[in-house]
Amino acid sequence: MRYFGDVAALARKDLLLELRSRDTLPAMLLFVLSTLVVFHFALPAETSETAETGLLWVALLFTALLGLVRAFVAEREQRVLDGLVLAPCDRSAIWLGKGIGVVAFLVLAEVVALPAYALFFGPVGWELVVAVALADIGLAAVGTLLAAMAAASRARELLLPLLFLPLVIPVVVGGVGASVSAHPGRYLAFLGLYDAVFAILSWASFEYVVTE
Amino acid sequence: MSTSLRNNQAVLLAGSAAILLLAGTALAFYWVPNAPLEGFRQRIFYYHVPIALTSYACFGWAAWKALRLLWTREQRYDLESYTAVHMGVIFGILTLVTGSIWARTSWGHWWVWGSRQLVLFLVLFLFYAAYFMLRYSVDPGPRRANLSAVYALFGVALIPVSFLAIRLAADLVHPVVFSHDVGNKLTASQFTTFLVCLAGMLTLAGTLYRNELTGKRVDARLRELREALE
Amino acid sequence: MTVIRARGLGRDFGAKRVLRGLDFDVARGGFLVVTGPNGAGKSTLLSLCAGLLAPTSGELRVDAERAEIGYLAHEPLVYRELTPLENLDLYGRLYRIPERRERIGMLLERFGLWEARHERAESFSRGMTQRLALCRALLHEPRLLLLDEPYAGLDEAGTELLDDELQTLARERTLVVATHEPERVGRLATSTLALA
Repeated sequence: MRYFGDVAALARKDLLLELRSRDTLPAMLLFVLSTLVVFHFALPAETSETAETGLLWVALLFTALLGLVRAFVAEREQRVLDGLVLAPCDRSAIWLGKGIGVVAFLVLAEVVALPAYALFFGPVGWELVVAVALADIGLAAVGTLLAAMAAASRARELLLPLLFLPLVIPVVVGGVGASVSAHPGRYLAFLGLYDAVFAILSWASFEYVVTE
Repeated sequence: MSTSLRNNQAVLLAGSAAILLLAGTALAFYWVPNAPLEGFRQRIFYYHVPIALTSYACFGWAAWKALRLLWTREQRYDLESYTAVHMGVIFGILTLVTGSIWARTSWGHWWVWGSRQLVLFLVLFLFYAAYFMLRYSVDPGPRRANLSAVYALFGVALIPVSFLAIRLAADLVHPVVFSHDVGNKLTASQFTTFLVCLAGMLTLAGTLYRNELTGKRVDARLRELREALE
Repeated sequence: MTVIRARGLGRDFGAKRVLRGLDFDVARGGFLVVTGPNGAGKSTLLSLCAGLLAPTSGELRVDAERAEIGYLAHEPLVYRELTPLENLDLYGRLYRIPERRERIGMLLERFGLWEARHERAESFSRGMTQRLALCRALLHEPRLLLLDEPYAGLDEAGTELLDDELQTLARERTLVVATHEPERVGRLATSTLALA
């Protein structure tokens, strides 16, 4: 289908851009590692497993934010987004293509973060991994849309965290819950629900974020 | 609609709000008997919950207007949606204040994370406060209207999702959930008082909404005329 | 057959009124030259015609779909980190151009960018970037062309190239060209619009 051809072309473009400039992904990797180390120093000796897991999720959230702030930088600087918006393809393909890129970055960051967490703090169960995977989708979905919104504003880097954090509080709940609770299924299902609701909403409304 | 009719409607609305609120207050403080467990303190419920429900109603109204904007691209819906969010936030802050007072009188703390209602409103407050930041940092025009509308729609989606999240979080973080002894067992007199107060709050919100909307529209018209004269 | 129709067209940016009460028509095959000093709103007008901006007052009807509009903006609208080939390939896919490779090759050749096709756009001079932007605008053989200061940054060779190209295009397509040097394109114009 043409739509997925467009999405593929756009996603490939984003990955190509990152390969060329190589700035966002290394920054995210280094950031998440540094944050975990900071957390070690910030936590008292007898911290519970729940608290440590919670901080992992905080680290992931802010790493995602770091990546998202850079999401539309290339388009913004040259106003290339106008070029993409003018093309006859569905505007939501821009969101999906970009979102796929964001998920890819998040996954790569977590490939480093989770082993580091296991090394520094405690074991990483399968529930945590599944929760992280589900969370990535939700974070990328709303994050990409909000990043496009922020790109249209004057105070971009300042605005994105303000828009992003309240909206992803449920993700933190789902993620931490799945990691520490005795009934992870409930929390994983909740994450799935979040993903479904906000991915659909973002997909449908992206058009209005980039046009007038 | 003629000006005099519009004025009459406004006065009627404001008048109704005043009457309903006065009646509600009177009922809440003098007529309704004391709640069995909580006693006199419980009466703040007749303010707190109607205010909370009114806040939700305002956000829902804002989302409806936002949808209309995106559907028809008529710019007047932007102002209506924005004003509704404004009202929602005002009532939201009042919810937090009354909720905090109730928490203090019930459990001795000004803030309890175990109160689901309170936490939900905190999250919503943060969300809709960011709405204003968004509007502030984008130049007025069709783009800002679109962004605000999409954000307002995300808001109403967030309400049930957050509610669910907070319920789930309660199991994790707070084994003891703080909830008020109101539940589903309202007596007839309690229910009547509650309804009167709810009607009062909704009418109040409506009055303030209309008021602000008219004021903003007059501002805009004035600006237009000034431009035309230049 | 009118391709563009404007009645009382206006555009505000917040408190600032950039365009006000514009009335004009562009017929099929016509060539409208938009003139005016800096800040008069030429770029804004082209953005409105392209559909990137919505009017804040008045009415604007453009009888062309997105696939039929070619837009040359003030900015080149190309990714600096990508090569001309990669840039045009992306746009080629999005615009669903048949025989993409051939068309891209032909355009790059025509605008003297074939040798530089594997170099990143960030290493280009202003003139080369402008040529690449022109390639991008013409890639999908649009029916309606909106060109914002097309001669900006071009050297002598580039200018001659563009003169040639515009001559051909003026015969076959509808054009709206914004420029603060109307003499260049004056003889091709069928109508002029001067913005204050």
